[in-house]
Amino acid sequence: MLYELTDVTKRYTQRRKQVNALDGVDLAIDEGEFLAIQGSTGSGKTTLLQMLGAMDRPSGGKLDFEGRDLAKMGERDLSELRSHSFGFIFQGFNLIPTLTAQENVETALVPWHTHADERRRRAAEALGGVGLADRARHIPSELSGGEQQRVAIARALVRAPRVILADEPTGNLDERTRDDIIGLLEQLWRERGQTLIVVTHDTWVASRASRRIWLDAGRLEEQPGAGRVELDDQFLAEAMTAGAA
Amino acid sequence: MFFTYVFRELRRRHRQALLTAMGLAVGVALVVAVTAYAAGVGKAQTQVLQSLYGVGTDITVSQQQKMDQSGAQKFGMQPPSQSKQGQKFNRSRVMTSPGQQSISATKLAQIAALDGVSDATGSLSMTIMNVQGKFAQAQSGSSSAAPSASSQSSSSGSSSSGSSSQAQTQMSPINVSQLSVSGVDTADLALGPLSSAQVASGRSLTSADSTSRVALITKAYAKQNSLAVGGVKKIDGKKFTVVGIVALPAGSTSSDIYIPLSWAQKLSDNTNKVNQIYVKADSASVIAGVKAEIKQLMPKATVTTSSDLASQVSGSLSSASTLADRLGKWLAIAALIASFAVASLLTVSAVSRRVREFGTLKALGWKGRRVVGQVLGESMVQGVIGAVIGVGLGILGAKLIAAFSPALKATLASAAQNGPPGAQQAASAAQAVTVNLTAPVSLELIAVAVGLALAGALVAGAFGGWRASRLRPADALRRVD
Repeated sequence: MLYELTDVTKRYTQRRKQVNALDGVDLAIDEGEFLAIQGSTGSGKTTLLQMLGAMDRPSGGKLDFEGRDLAKMGERDLSELRSHSFGFIFQGFNLIPTLTAQENVETALVPWHTHADERRRRAAEALGGVGLADRARHIPSELSGGEQQRVAIARALVRAPRVILADEPTGNLDERTRDDIIGLLEQLWRERGQTLIVVTHDTWVASRASRRIWLDAGRLEEQPGAGRVELDDQFLAEAMTAGAA
Repeated sequence: MFFTYVFRELRRRHRQALLTAMGLAVGVALVVAVTAYAAGVGKAQTQVLQSLYGVGTDITVSQQQKMDQSGAQKFGMQPPSQSKQGQKFNRSRVMTSPGQQSISATKLAQIAALDGVSDATGSLSMTIMNVQGKFAQAQSGSSSAAPSASSQSSSSGSSSSGSSSQAQTQMSPINVSQLSVSGVDTADLALGPLSSAQVASGRSLTSADSTSRVALITKAYAKQNSLAVGGVKKIDGKKFTVVGIVALPAGSTSSDIYIPLSWAQKLSDNTNKVNQIYVKADSASVIAGVKAEIKQLMPKATVTTSSDLASQVSGSLSSASTLADRLGKWLAIAALIASFAVASLLTVSAVSRRVREFGTLKALGWKGRRVVGQVLGESMVQGVIGAVIGVGLGILGAKLIAAFSPALKATLASAAQNGPPGAQQAASAAQAVTVNLTAPVSLELIAVAVGLALAGALVAGAFGGWRASRLRPADALRRVD
């Protein structure tokens, strides 16, 4: 078992109001899985991805990654873990706008203090792997959306991480480019056997995954939309208390 | 990677980078210009003091004459009898400098022996009045016609001829001339009235000259009287050979002629006496103590230190000095604080706009230290640019100050001015010196300026880095740009 989540909660205080982004999530993820996390906006799927990627610590519960509880790790260890075990792909690509495609890929190797020559060689190889060898010297603004996301994928893969975490990787792309990118991710997943966790609200993207889970109001659902009624009840209850006050 | 990233970022945000650098530059430039200006004023002040006072002198001692000792000087001439009418006359009188009493050489030795005194020397300055002319010839038979010569009560020091109001007397002009002579210790010329003198031709006096009848004359006097080295000047009837012509700084209270002290003492009947003592202290810190010691030794003496003298300097130089001290310093500090604040705010706002960028790097496993280092690095490069521009602007500002500032006037009200009314010559001791203001930019100043710019960049970078270090990697996932 790669991940084991037991009763994981995450609470934020937003505008003096407490928000339960994750509300008792129990989840197990096997090595080599292609997991799609679905849910509507504000359902907590990005928060869950942050927890899985060691970007943030849960407020409660137990989050084991390879037997280590991420909830109990310090910032330094989390940073170390991120640089070795995870590759991130973001909806907005999150490339450094002033650096070339090649240099953007190299940024992922900076925490490893890799020698400059080795760093360049590996980055060029990763770019070749996503079919962008000839665009290495271009800065992001000179690349199309699909190309930028490929650079981001190369950046995520260059360290050969155990888990690739993608947050709405095709959210900013047109349908054809979306198909390309998902095709590429699927191919890499098949070839390398890495664990791939994708947050998406795109049903087509989710349909490519080996397993799908749904989040609604911070809770895991067996089936999509199962929590809808409950949410509406809750909403009504809140509206009524507000009206009474 | 570090430098690539730093330079790419600065190039992308070149406007903001330049703005931040300019913010630092303006502060630094003001510091350079104001400091250079203050240094220039200080230099001008030193120049003035040296010209008034002599190089290396820390304290001067003189003793004021008692009131009753001054008064009309007599030339040993009786109202002429009828028989002398139309006859020529030529009389001189030697006086030690009006308003100053002589001090015995033992006092000088005592002062020299005081703690904290590294050197002391005395000089005897005197004025030689010369009246030359013809006795008036009365036109009428009136024997009571006052001879004009008697009205030359001389201490007026006026060199104008004494053609006074006796209209009825027919008279040829009577010339009253005045010559100032100083006797100096030929064995110790490094201190005293000749310390700032430069030999223009001939030679200076040496200890071998102590009993010789030799003289140094000032350039101005030499020119006025067409005297050259090797020439002979009669002082009170005695012939002195001119061995050198000296130039003294503008505005200095110089005599016309310098002769060995022993001869000055002989001419003025002041054996073993001086009327001005020059003291050099061991260090600047003991000057006040030495002054107190001298005061104790000679309660009636006027003891003046160079700082007393500096405080007596008035005029535009003094105003400039006050301006440099008060306004300039605070202006520079205020400008520095403002420029540091501007640079810090700009840096923090730049970091805030790169929340997602730094968040992403943190998500990739960049340590907080590395991200802070990146922000600091960018800031330091801006600091270097700011230093270069700032030093350039500062030097330009200093040059402009030097080029366009008016010549400064310094007026030194001499203490002797409050002395005996008879000593009108003292009035001329209120010295006015004109100096040109420079604004020297030293290497040290440039180093300090560069240091300040870098310090400002460091402060700004620290603020920016602090902001960046507080970012969470999860910020990389923010949807907002």
